[in-house]
Amino acid sequence: MHHVVLDEWGRRPGWLQKRDARVKLVALLGYLIALGTAPPLALPAAAGFGALAAAGVVLGKLPAGAVALRAALVLPIGLFLAAGLLLGGAALRAGDLLVRSYLSAVAVLVVMGTTPMAGLLRAMESLGVPRFLVVVLHFLYRYLFVLSEQAQHMRLAVRSRGLDRAGLRRCPSLWKAAGGALAVLFARSLARAEAIHRAMLARGYRGQVLWLRAARMRPGDWLFLAVALTLCAAVRVVLAHAG
Amino acid sequence: MAAEPLIRVRNLRYRYEDGTLALDGLSFELYPGETVAVLGPNGSGKTTFVLHLNGLLRGEGEIIVCGLRIEKGNLEEIRRRVGLLFQDPDEQLFMPTVLEDVAFALLCRGMDPAEAERRARAALAQVGLEGAASRPPYHLSAGEKRRAALAAVLASQPEILVLDEPTTYLDPPARRELITLLGALPQAKLIVTHDADFAAAIADRAVFLHRGKIVAEGRVSELVHRYGWTPHTSGRRER
Repeated sequence: MHHVVLDEWGRRPGWLQKRDARVKLVALLGYLIALGTAPPLALPAAAGFGALAAAGVVLGKLPAGAVALRAALVLPIGLFLAAGLLLGGAALRAGDLLVRSYLSAVAVLVVMGTTPMAGLLRAMESLGVPRFLVVVLHFLYRYLFVLSEQAQHMRLAVRSRGLDRAGLRRCPSLWKAAGGALAVLFARSLARAEAIHRAMLARGYRGQVLWLRAARMRPGDWLFLAVALTLCAAVRVVLAHAG
Repeated sequence: MAAEPLIRVRNLRYRYEDGTLALDGLSFELYPGETVAVLGPNGSGKTTFVLHLNGLLRGEGEIIVCGLRIEKGNLEEIRRRVGLLFQDPDEQLFMPTVLEDVAFALLCRGMDPAEAERRARAALAQVGLEGAASRPPYHLSAGEKRRAALAAVLASQPEILVLDEPTTYLDPPARRELITLLGALPQAKLIVTHDADFAAAIADRAVFLHRGKIVAEGRVSELVHRYGWTPHTSGRRER
C-alpha cells in the first residue's frame, strides 16, 4: 500500500489543513503574483516573502526540513536558467531568479501538503479550471499509485531472476528486455483504462464526472483569505520598494 | 420455481473481435432471493457472461432482466437494478475519496447531492466502513477496498448483485467477513468464483461453465466433486 508524504501531511491537525481548499488556492495565486511581479528582490522583500511561506509551514504543522528539501527539487531548473543569466553577466538577476523559484516551490508545497488531492481538484473546478482538465488530473493522480505498484512488481520480478543494474551494464542487450517490460506496462495501463471505463458505465456514467457538494466557507476561511492577500500585497508594495 | 425469474438468458452467443467464441448458446435463470455460483475453468466465459447482464457486452440471444429486455433504451434502468462488482476493486474505486466513489452512481442518475451523500453514508455503514468516507481508495486495505466497492454498488439499491471473483486479494478473515456481509444482503446474487469453499458457504446452487456453455447445474459440492478444476483448465486467460 502506498502512502504519499503529501497525503500524510494533509492529515495533520494543523490550522491550515482545516481551511477551505479554494481560499488556499486563491491565497497561493496571490502570493505567486505578488512574488512574480515584485521588482528585483532586495533582502527585506525576500525576507518578507520567505516569512510568509514559513508562516504557512508553521500553520500547517509541516516538517520544515522536509519542505525545504523537497522545494529544492526545483533548483536544478532554476540553476539552468540562472546559468544563462550568469553567462550574460547578470549575476544579481540570476540570484533573484533562484530565490523566486525556490520560494514559489515552498508556497506550492505548503498548499499541496495541507490540502487533500480531492479538495484541491474540487477547488480548481470551482475556480474555473475546465472540468475535463480536472478529471484528467484526478485520474492521473488516482492511478499513478496503481501503475507505480505494478511497475515495482515487474522490477521485483526482474530482480528475482538475477537481473540488476550491474547486469544491465554487463549485458546491454538486456535494455531490449527492459523496453519490452515498459511496453507490457503500457499495454496493462490501456487494459486497465478500458476496465475502469466499463466500471464507470456499469454505474451509470453518462460522460460527466459529478462531485458531491463542496463544503461551505467558514469565518476562519474568509479571515485567512483576507489576511493572506493583505500580507502578500503589503510585502509586494512596501518591502519590495524598501530595498 | 413458481416466481418469475429476475434474470432470464436464452441462447446467448458472443464472439470477441479476435474471433474467440466466448459464449456458445448459454441459457440461464436467476430467481428472487437466490444465490447462484458460476463455476468453471479460466477462459470458460464466466466474466464475459456477467458483463452481458447489465449491457456492457452485447451478444446474440435474449436477456431479460427484471422484466426488461436488454436494449439501448433500457440500459440505464437495468444498470440501476443490476449491481456489478468487478474483480479488481482498483478498477471500480476511481473517485478521489471513498464517499465520492460510493455517491458516483447516484449523482450520475441525477440525485440531489445532499440525498446522494446521505445514501452513500448509509451504504458505507452497511458494509462497516463509515469511518473511511473521506479516505482516498488507495489508502484502504484489500478487504476494505472490496467492501467500499460493494458499498458503491449497494448505494444504488439494486435488485440483483453480480459479483465477479469477490474473494480475489482477500485474506481469510476478510473472506469470512465478506461471506457474513453477503449472507445478510437480501438481493438475489450471481457470484463468479474459483473459490469452491466460498461458493459452498454462500450459494444455494451452482452452474458450471465450460467453453461458453452451462454444462452442469446443481449443488456446489456436487459440481466441484464431479468436475474438479484441473481436467478442464484450458490455460486461456479469463475474459
